[in-house]
Amino acid sequence: MKAGVLTFPGSNCDHDLVEALRNEYKTDVELLWHTTPFETSHDIYFVPGGFSYGDYLRTGALAAQSKSMDSLRQAAAKNKPIIGICNGFQILCEAKLLPGALIRNTNLQHICEWSGLTGDGDWKGAFPAGYALPISHGEGNFICSDGELEDIKQNGQALLRYTNNPNGAMFDIAGLASKNKRVIGLMPHPERALAGQPDAQVSRARYGRLFFERIFALAAV
Amino acid sequence: MKHFTATATVRFKKSVLEPQGKAIQLSLAEKGSHEFSLVRVGKYIEVELEAESAEAAKQKMDKIAGDMLYNDVMETCEIHVAEKALVPSSPAGRIEA
Repeated sequence: MKAGVLTFPGSNCDHDLVEALRNEYKTDVELLWHTTPFETSHDIYFVPGGFSYGDYLRTGALAAQSKSMDSLRQAAAKNKPIIGICNGFQILCEAKLLPGALIRNTNLQHICEWSGLTGDGDWKGAFPAGYALPISHGEGNFICSDGELEDIKQNGQALLRYTNNPNGAMFDIAGLASKNKRVIGLMPHPERALAGQPDAQVSRARYGRLFFERIFALAAV
Repeated sequence: MKHFTATATVRFKKSVLEPQGKAIQLSLAEKGSHEFSLVRVGKYIEVELEAESAEAAKQKMDKIAGDMLYNDVMETCEIHVAEKALVPSSPAGRIEA
């Protein structure tokens, strides 16, 4: 399997992701720099976490205007799976590949902790009780219009929901899919919940695996 | 081509949490000023551009505002365009400061 990882000035979780994909899953990974359009020949795309463009203007807003994002839109049109993690989620919302936006956490703090999660929508029952992944963000508070939220609920797009909402996100949304379920954004960092990663407590290392197995199943379709 | 200065005033929608304004309001209240019932912080973006006319400049500004300068999920944007007064090139016409 061939994966493309988009990187921007200020991305800082790109190499965690590359390590995870190469070491844990023996994936052929290509880093895709923002100034260069790319051939949409990969099986799956990731938009990693970080602080692209220093979060200037709005989180993800400037990255969403990049040349590489034009290529990513073409990949989306070809139904390639696209996964945005943390800042990647923010970028996908700004690029209108996902509905809504992510604003400042209600407690105004950057929250860095393991956060309890449950699968919902198409992923209902996908994860065991007590499932958790690390989160680390200041702007993870998901908002959208009432109409969009209704669609999200109707279509089962809220794939991951917080069990104890840390940031004020509507409908406890931690991870969200596009209508066709090919574009997924999530605030938690599954790449930090794998054996060998700094955040991965031994007993929780498998939690990242459960997520990636779901994601790779998308790439196989 | 004429020269214009365009400004975009970007505000969070009333329904959206705006923490900076809230912090300022709380700080004012701590100092005993309770009459400020609402403080909201937004963004002021200034752009200089060339266009055939004020209408054309406004259209260009509207385009970049919608594409980039604000996010209509959470913000509103107000745009103003004004033609830039150029300093006359002939010494006779120059206004001394």
